[in-house]
Amino acid sequence: MLKETELKRPNRLNFTGGWNYDPAPESASNVKLKETYQHFINGKFTEPEEGKYFATLNPATEEKLADVADGSAADVDAAVKAARNGYNKYWSKLSGRDRARYIYRIARMIQERAREFAIIESLDGGKPIRESRDVDVPLSAAYFFYYAGWADKLEYAFPNRNPKPVGVAGQIIPWNFPLMMAAWKIAPALAAGNTVVLKPAETTPLTCLKLAEIIQEADLPPGVVNFVTGAGATGSEIVSHPDIDKVAFTGSTKVGKMIHKSVAGTNKKLTLELGGKAANIVMDDAPLDQAVEGIVNGIFFNQGHVCCAGSRLFVQEGVADTVRDKLIDRMESLIVGDPLDKNTDIGAINSQKQLQTINNYLELGLNEGGEIYQSSCPIPDKGYWVAPTLIGNVSQSHRIVQEEIFGPVLTIQTFRTPAEVIEKANNTPYGLSGGVWTDKGSKIFNLTSQLRAGVVWANTYNKFDPTSPFGGYKESGIGREGGLHGLSAYLKF
Amino acid sequence: MTQTLNEIPDFKTLSPRVDQVGVEERVARFNTRSIKKDSKMYALKLALSMVDLTTLEGMDSPGKVRQLCYKAMHPHEKLEDIPKVAAVCVYPSFVRLAKETLSGSGINVASVATAFPSGWAPMKAKLDEVRYCVDEGADEIDMVISRGEFLKGNYGYIYDEVAAVKEACGSAHLKVILETGELQTLDNVRRASDISMYAGADFIKTSTGKISPAATQPVTLVMLEAIRDFYYKTGKKIGMKPAGGIRDAKLAIRYLVMVKETLGIDWLDPDLFRFGASSLANDLLMQIVKQQTGAYQSLDYFSKD
Amino acid sequence: MADRLDIQKTYKMYVGGAFIRSESGHYYPLTGKGGKLTANICLATRKDFRDAVTKARGAQEKWAGRSAYNRGQILYRIAEMMEGRKDQFIAELVREGLTKKQAEKETLATIDRVVYFAGWTDKYTQLFSTVNPVQSSHFNFSLPEPMGVVVVMAPEKPSLLGLVSSILPAIVGGNTVIALASTGAPLSALTFSEILHSSDVPGGVINILTGKTEDLAEHFSTHMDVNAVVYAREDESMLHQIQENATGNLKRVYHVWYKDWYSDEVDNPYAIADLQETKTTWHPVGI
Repeated sequence: MLKETELKRPNRLNFTGGWNYDPAPESASNVKLKETYQHFINGKFTEPEEGKYFATLNPATEEKLADVADGSAADVDAAVKAARNGYNKYWSKLSGRDRARYIYRIARMIQERAREFAIIESLDGGKPIRESRDVDVPLSAAYFFYYAGWADKLEYAFPNRNPKPVGVAGQIIPWNFPLMMAAWKIAPALAAGNTVVLKPAETTPLTCLKLAEIIQEADLPPGVVNFVTGAGATGSEIVSHPDIDKVAFTGSTKVGKMIHKSVAGTNKKLTLELGGKAANIVMDDAPLDQAVEGIVNGIFFNQGHVCCAGSRLFVQEGVADTVRDKLIDRMESLIVGDPLDKNTDIGAINSQKQLQTINNYLELGLNEGGEIYQSSCPIPDKGYWVAPTLIGNVSQSHRIVQEEIFGPVLTIQTFRTPAEVIEKANNTPYGLSGGVWTDKGSKIFNLTSQLRAGVVWANTYNKFDPTSPFGGYKESGIGREGGLHGLSAYLKF
Repeated sequence: MTQTLNEIPDFKTLSPRVDQVGVEERVARFNTRSIKKDSKMYALKLALSMVDLTTLEGMDSPGKVRQLCYKAMHPHEKLEDIPKVAAVCVYPSFVRLAKETLSGSGINVASVATAFPSGWAPMKAKLDEVRYCVDEGADEIDMVISRGEFLKGNYGYIYDEVAAVKEACGSAHLKVILETGELQTLDNVRRASDISMYAGADFIKTSTGKISPAATQPVTLVMLEAIRDFYYKTGKKIGMKPAGGIRDAKLAIRYLVMVKETLGIDWLDPDLFRFGASSLANDLLMQIVKQQTGAYQSLDYFSKD
Repeated sequence: MADRLDIQKTYKMYVGGAFIRSESGHYYPLTGKGGKLTANICLATRKDFRDAVTKARGAQEKWAGRSAYNRGQILYRIAEMMEGRKDQFIAELVREGLTKKQAEKETLATIDRVVYFAGWTDKYTQLFSTVNPVQSSHFNFSLPEPMGVVVVMAPEKPSLLGLVSSILPAIVGGNTVIALASTGAPLSALTFSEILHSSDVPGGVINILTGKTEDLAEHFSTHMDVNAVVYAREDESMLHQIQENATGNLKRVYHVWYKDWYSDEVDNPYAIADLQETKTTWHPVGI
């Protein structure tokens, strides 16, 4: 760990003692969770064929929240059959306008039950309520609202192409933004006229199952949206099911490649949204205080469980010490703890497995000679936690600089010239996102156009919007989600 | 280690740029802080102790100033264990009266000077006014900068003017009012803050209260960040005073959150942070009573001075 | 002069702006009517391909960096030069077994296709870009950017039209290409290379190999510095293999197949879009 004296800072700010915020927990009393959740197939909650269940935990307390059905091949087959039936019998027969009406309904019902969704998202996944309440849930509703409007306008999205739905989409989503990823997947699929079999991640299935309730209440025809819960094996059943026309996956590059291989030689359409190791570049003329905030949003948003996280910080030498000092002071004011507390900035690590992964990387960083600085915030005894972490004295060849850690861990490197930093930024198999901070307009366009990445934030970071296409170059994925571009993944021409 | 200021920096290049959208996002995030229970009571009392109770009207009278001083010393008779406000802020003509009325209370007298609020007067007249206030007993001088010169890009003029007033203040504390509503951009706010601090300001202050918008959270945040950079560089702690527009306790607490998380707890002190406000004190008092009794309060039960 | 011996043309490959033989020295004989030798054709090896990727990668950034107008002019120049040498293309296609009429039709269609795509260089960006009306105070736009280095496996037939039609969408969009010409009818590919050489197409932007798919498909699809493969052939089992191999670096694989390469559906800007990545950029709007 980096010691105070090594920071070489005479004039430190003092963030401990004095006025501390009392706990301000969001009340979970009006949230009703069932003890057991079945699959949602053909409009009904359905027992798993083999009768197996697994527990989903609250990562902040390690307590069980509910038992959730473990999907077998038979369950997936039933869901795909239901989706096919839903497609043939109902969804493909509806006009775009009627599809839109259903999707609008879903959007509105998410808005009505927004707080409940936010609380469950934080309970099940560990993310701070501030984020689930202000980002995940409102954006999820917004994605449904946005794509609803496309359902009857597809001809205008792809002129001269005669767009047609693909059929049944198999969708597999990760644990970092459970509801929002479901929205990113389901909304465009339905708008384009497809039906869906979706598998949420095994550690965070609950908001999807709540969404199933909404889909039921919204009176969607049976089989149009189906949820099968389970782990990787369940997902691979979906991918390999012969009656799936389209596979959409968000998750690790490793699994993405397995899926890529598995659909090779089939006629399944494929979109992949995979890992990243984004460079966040601070030039010496940047608005530094806002840049520091952007660095914090870039890496500590959602505990760093973000594929587009700005996990590699590059600071131009002239301002490197200043930025580091400001960042360390800013990190001191971050509050780690109870995800349901409205003042929590950094919640729980999603699972014990992920905690282990992150800790392994921290150890690796130390062994590789990295200087590690962690904020001194208190951390709860129970649950899975990592304090915000900064690692200096690293170079391109360090594994912690090359590999996606998926936690609140930021590496910091310095550079002198734009050419140097662009070379380093692009020196990765990934290409999902990047950040550039500079006050000079022409420099912004020069740098953003040189970054080989699908999303580039200039003087901001980690912004998302339903109208804005998102997705990666190179090994960060294939295809785009969001905006007009996101529709094409669910259409054939 | 404290760096000495041997030479005047180039104010055209000294200040880092400010991104407005980023500042507003940061403010929005501060405003999600939920301050409850004991931490709320602590904040309410702290805010009360930071109030510069202010009357700056053409129709001010000795009677009104006397009442204000009394309110400053006894914010709410029914409440025990509440702090006094930090200062009373009046026009130069009432400094002596306020000083006498507050005698022995430990409450400072602040006076606006330098042709408040516009600043349009010859330099000599401004300095004479400052000396007059100090002679009358003012502990703190709230000056205005010449926004006309600033907007012309005549930064050297602002530096000289602040330095001259500082000299005229003697031992009195100098608060420099930037009148951010007229500076318009956050880049200007940042630059004016830097010039004022380098020229000797003890406090920087947003507004006269005569121009809309007066204090805003984004403006205040940019000034707090300027104070932070000045402290990093020099080790000197400069105070901050948002003035005007902060009428209720909830907003005041949001300002305190900004202070705490931008500058740390050292600045949670009336010596380094003030609210320039008149109606804020009563809302703070109402909230304190509400916290104590659990019942929502009516302004009819709090004296208006 | 009746007894004058023909000066036979040596058919080489075109890599990095130079005409080369295979590094291995291997070739395969191309025979015409009655089994008579038409020409010896270079048999590209994986090393030839590797060198071509290096050249293509080296040329890509500059090619993409040229103005769209300039790329359009260069492509139009190709058409102009083909027009001037159309007799040579026709003669070569005839040597490969086409009738004069067929050869003429193919040559003219190819020239027309070049003109068609040349016109897209400064237009497709407008079709495939969006300004995205995001909720927050940001200016947000999405632009197509070239994927990078693209391998094109051109169809066996029509040899010239197929080759050029499957290269053009990549080139128009700022990618650089390594193309494998028709194995059975590669002659016109060399003449096309000569056109490229003497027009203003920078070396390395289009590289043309001759040889056999079975020698090269695996390397095309496993090379980690290739961003996309355009597979313009019919054999689905080879496509399957290419898709599987492409997993290594997630290169994009497009199966481009037209029953009729002359049809208007080949004149299609969406083929350009397929070889583009979308980059979305955000910037605050403030004072």
